[in-house]
Amino acid sequence: MKGEKRIILEYADKINPEKAEDYIKVGGYKGLEKARRMKPKKIIEEVKKSNLRGRGGAGFNTGMKWSFIPENAPIKYVVCNLDEGEPGTYKDRIICEKNAQALLEGMAICATAIGAEKGYIYCRGEYPYIVKLLNNAIKSAKEIGALEDFDIEVRMGAGAYVCGEETALIESIEGQRGEPRFKPPFPGVEGLWGMPTVVNNVETFACLPYILVNGAEWFASIGAPNYPGTKILTLTGDINNPTYFEVPTDYLLSDVIYELGGGIKSGRELKAVQVGGSSGAFIPKKNIDTPIDFDSMTKIGASLGSGAVFVLDETRDIVDIATRIAKFFKHESCGKCNPCREGTFRMYEMMTRINKGLGKPEDIENILVLSRVMQKASLCGLGQAAPIPIETSIKHFKSDYMAKLN
Amino acid sequence: MINLTIDGKNVTVPRGTMLLEACRLAGADIPTLCYDPELKLAGSCRMCVVEVEGRRTLAASCVTPAEEGMVVQTESEEVVEARKVILELLLARHRLDCHVCEKDGNCRLQDYCYRYGVKDSRFKGEEPHFYKDDPNPFIERDYDKCIMCTKCVRACAEITGAFAINLKNRGHEVVISTAFDGGLKDSTCVFCGQCVMVCPVGALVSKVEKGRGRDYQTEKVRTICSYCGTGCTLELKVLNDQVVGVNSVRDERLSPVNRGALCVKGRFGWDFVNSKERLTQPLVRKDGELVPVSWDEALDYTASRLKEIKERWGAGSMAVFTSARTTNEENYLAQKLARAVIGTNNVDHCARL
Repeated sequence: MKGEKRIILEYADKINPEKAEDYIKVGGYKGLEKARRMKPKKIIEEVKKSNLRGRGGAGFNTGMKWSFIPENAPIKYVVCNLDEGEPGTYKDRIICEKNAQALLEGMAICATAIGAEKGYIYCRGEYPYIVKLLNNAIKSAKEIGALEDFDIEVRMGAGAYVCGEETALIESIEGQRGEPRFKPPFPGVEGLWGMPTVVNNVETFACLPYILVNGAEWFASIGAPNYPGTKILTLTGDINNPTYFEVPTDYLLSDVIYELGGGIKSGRELKAVQVGGSSGAFIPKKNIDTPIDFDSMTKIGASLGSGAVFVLDETRDIVDIATRIAKFFKHESCGKCNPCREGTFRMYEMMTRINKGLGKPEDIENILVLSRVMQKASLCGLGQAAPIPIETSIKHFKSDYMAKLN
Repeated sequence: MINLTIDGKNVTVPRGTMLLEACRLAGADIPTLCYDPELKLAGSCRMCVVEVEGRRTLAASCVTPAEEGMVVQTESEEVVEARKVILELLLARHRLDCHVCEKDGNCRLQDYCYRYGVKDSRFKGEEPHFYKDDPNPFIERDYDKCIMCTKCVRACAEITGAFAINLKNRGHEVVISTAFDGGLKDSTCVFCGQCVMVCPVGALVSKVEKGRGRDYQTEKVRTICSYCGTGCTLELKVLNDQVVGVNSVRDERLSPVNRGALCVKGRFGWDFVNSKERLTQPLVRKDGELVPVSWDEALDYTASRLKEIKERWGAGSMAVFTSARTTNEENYLAQKLARAVIGTNNVDHCARL
């Protein structure tokens, strides 16, 4: 579509993602071939130079992450995060459905760079058909020898949002309860089964073949300089085109909504947009002329996160939506740390009270205090991010809350 | 070595030292609920958070390694607010009946609420509903008081190796559970009570001690467990000249053998001390009846009988069995008595059975 820039999704629906041969016909596995001729350190340098930043939500420099892996460790692992738990996010599923081989190639490039022989894909429990697709894709790539000795195993989650957090994901692969570990030690030093491990998102891995083939400078010159490349966005809510788009990272949020998204349904006005899934901040209409890249989103108090774009029209009850989000986090908190376990639960209680018209002004005060402490003191990103949508909905739509107070 | 500043004081610690330790060296009193120096770190209670200059979030000091040049505040406004809110959140799921609680006066939650002036919780709502009725003679599981520090789970796995308990459910509904949520007696629990030892609140208490005196009312007498020859140190709780309970002594210097760990007998089986049926003086059977006699009479009688038997049947007709409930020294003396005095090598010991 006009305005899009397709790199990962260039051949979407034109090739069979399960067939390595199809992928090779459109230039696939050339990046891996190139990487295998390079010294591991040079691959990491190249990825660093491309300034590729993690597409899962944290936006950490990928090459930098790889460089933390100690060279002399006897065993290392590559883990792909396909947990995709953020409500409204479905980009990783799309990448698998359209271009699964690029993910496999990206993982193999990473394995070549850090010296790993084994990779795991941790797949969201709600995607059983993707597990099948990936297993067929791996089989096909193995059969024609594209992956050489690098083995990839697909592991399935059981529907826990927290397992998208890299250390909880590792615990889950190990067969433990899905709970995050404290960091440090980071997975790069002590990850899967105590060995140095790279955990990257599907989209991050899928960028790598194109970086290797076209060069770091090429990638670095696309989109926003501090967060270059493309980003796959998934649109949901009151939008005319609730689908996915791949755009350069300097693309404006307002254009995502009004150009690619085709505007608000039924010709209504925009009330707010939530970017990055349920843990993202609510962005009021006045802030939408902002590029979607990581740093620009941070500047307006939001986050790009996974790239989910949830659009609300003027008729939506934001207090009700924030209450539902609070319920989601109450349900998904693993229960390990106090601020998140009890905080998400009490947050939902207070939000429910307000939403039912039984709230008092001190409920809002207490929510804000709790929100601050959860963000500062929770163990992992779940508890730190859970209050953000609530807090920002109060910040930008205080009058909606006041109208519901008892 | 690493140099850092804590509450304005310069501190030097070896690389690998956690901030908690460094803060304590700097004289800061850091509250902790889930931290136990002998257990794997959890980093989950978040009470030990401190402010590290330049960091977006507060750092849990028990799991944050000290780094060169760190500037740390241990009681900043943000830190105090976080600790207060955490305490309030815990109070909201904690049945507050300190007036009848065994742990009153010896409870971390109570201590920290007192320290930070947390009288009540702003976050009260649904009441706790986690009490686990568990018909066993030793351990009460009142999870309406549980603060989810998971020390019991770790102590069970790491000290005792029983792996009887773990977490069940998610979020607020998390509770400590045995496999299939049964009673402890149907689990791999050996009732060592290490979980009771580490519980910082009144969630796990000894049923044997219940109602017999609070910790602060009792006099403490350090002694050695009399059940076997291992020689575990324990601390008797004494009230009105009666033993009313047993504490663990976890200090390695005072309790080098067991460092506080006990078995079911040592921790829960001390009640015999107060039994009226205990033998308190020697008895000799006369005309079919046991009659109290003096030690001299009892010993003379025993010696004369041993002599008679030896003269009539020979020393080989006698054997000495000793017990694991006595000390090494006592066992040594018993075999010495057998060999040197009675003149027999027929010596054996219950530990061999």
